[in-house]
Amino acid sequence: MIKIDKLTKIFETPNGPVTAADHIEMEVPSGEICVLLGPSGCGKTTTLKMVNRIIPATSGKIYLGGEDTSGMDTVTLRRNIGYVIQQIGLFPNMTISENIAVVPKLLGWDKARYMTRAKELLEMVALDPSIFLNRYPNELSGGQQQRIGVARALAADPPVMLMDEPFGAIDPINREVIQDEFLKMQQELNKTIMFVSHDIDEAVKMADRIAIFRDGHLVQYDTPDDLLAHPKDDFVKNFVGDDRALKRLRLVTAESVMQTTFAYVKPNDTLAEALTKIDAYGYRDAVILVNDLHQPIGYVPKATAINMKGYCGEHYVGLKTIARTTDDLRKVASKMFTHDIVWMPCVDENGRLVGEVTQRGITHYLGATYQRDTSPSQPQPLHQAKEAS
Amino acid sequence: MDLLNFTIDNLALLGTLTMEHISLVALAVGLAILTGVPIGILITQNERIAKVVLYVASIIITIPSIALFGLMIPLLSTIGHGIGYVPAVITVLLYSQLPIIRNTYTAIHNVEPSLREAARGIGMTPFQRLKMVEIPLAIPVIMAGVRTAVVMNIGVMAIAAYIGAGGLGVFISRGISQSDPRQLIVGAIAVSLLAIITDYGLIRLQKRLTPPGLTAAR
Repeated sequence: MIKIDKLTKIFETPNGPVTAADHIEMEVPSGEICVLLGPSGCGKTTTLKMVNRIIPATSGKIYLGGEDTSGMDTVTLRRNIGYVIQQIGLFPNMTISENIAVVPKLLGWDKARYMTRAKELLEMVALDPSIFLNRYPNELSGGQQQRIGVARALAADPPVMLMDEPFGAIDPINREVIQDEFLKMQQELNKTIMFVSHDIDEAVKMADRIAIFRDGHLVQYDTPDDLLAHPKDDFVKNFVGDDRALKRLRLVTAESVMQTTFAYVKPNDTLAEALTKIDAYGYRDAVILVNDLHQPIGYVPKATAINMKGYCGEHYVGLKTIARTTDDLRKVASKMFTHDIVWMPCVDENGRLVGEVTQRGITHYLGATYQRDTSPSQPQPLHQAKEAS
Repeated sequence: MDLLNFTIDNLALLGTLTMEHISLVALAVGLAILTGVPIGILITQNERIAKVVLYVASIIITIPSIALFGLMIPLLSTIGHGIGYVPAVITVLLYSQLPIIRNTYTAIHNVEPSLREAARGIGMTPFQRLKMVEIPLAIPVIMAGVRTAVVMNIGVMAIAAYIGAGGLGVFISRGISQSDPRQLIVGAIAVSLLAIITDYGLIRLQKRLTPPGLTAAR
């Protein structure tokens, strides 16, 4: 856990004192990623760098795991905090293994131990140790270098990590990959992480909590969904963008919006049975067809069920697309737009049908949070409120 | 032919004087490295002091060598070493300061700020930073300064023959005073060759000392 208490930094400049961080108060719970977000000069980096005293604080306190750090000696403090910077800062005179092992070495580990650790970490960041251990940083691409940068920060297994725009200098395609890898690692490592970014999309993707900074003040500190749904003021509203409701799509998986009570038919069912189900469930268009493995393979349109005779297996239309339970809604919505459809079956990791995602379902799920903003003078239509719940 | 015969006849002397020359320069530059590198590192801590030190070193190097040798005579006479080995070494040591201090200072000063921040951030003490990061990265530039000092002072040391320090300058000074072009030319060529060969050797050494990561393919 990182707790920041009335942390303040005043820089003395030739034009007089400048307050870069003004009584910042926040708490990052253990195992969470907190993204500090804001325009340049807002105090986010200053706040981050005060935690490991790269920038000495003017006043205020920082607690790590409940312990006041002001009593700790700087070198010990820093060795217990992983530090990743945008410029990466690998030491060009050292090999990859030496770079990763630098903190363990400073801590006095023996060679066998830190070499094992270096290999382990390289594997963790998806680089082959047999290829990379003895290379030098300037033989690596930017993305590879930053993976090593992360590995170096993790080397001595510090409970806390500080990351200053760690993926800012990496091209957009690799950045996505490296962010995904990092999130996967974090699921196992459970580090408490402070992460500076100026990219709202990165923040929404990475963060458990987002802290928005402006002119040295902490303006809003919330979960990504709350931040996007309920920006506190116009500054935050502008910063998170007009499409903030769309950004929330990324935060929700198909699983959380899918309907689990639904009808389906099997190839051996008759069309008459299909029509009964379509009517019973009030479907407008069609009913899903699954095979013997319970995998969706197509749908039987209502018109077919009414006008034709025979078995569903003979008269179905192939599926254009399906959603997976782990897909985020951005992906699901994109599929809907691509294929001009308003619903699709949702499958688990084995491809078995577990639910269906509808456009209405998505809209209601996302809309639910806005209801709490609605003033009592404008009561919601009853049916809409009911469906949303 | 004359020149060749003279060289062969005086091969032993040539060898002795060359060794003298090398030992003079090596001792002087060696001491200059031991003083100049630490000074160069120390002055990175304070820009004002750095300016003063570099300024003084620049002034020293503008003094003509013959004048500096001359200046040593009254100064060092007080400890009984007005001429000979000691003033020669001290003069060359002073001349070597500028290239060595300046290159060390520049090299350490120019280490990328992000590397320094990374080193601080992972918890290196200032000394560990120097030892593990800054000095290894500065080595090529420091070595370039050493090379400049050595090559320059192989030439300067030739003049030290006039204050009785020996070395290859002995041939040159004798050649002038005895109007003997053979000695003059042999001395001059020997000094030049020594400078060229030493420089080549130092380039090799510089390459060996440079951390491999700094030269690997980009």
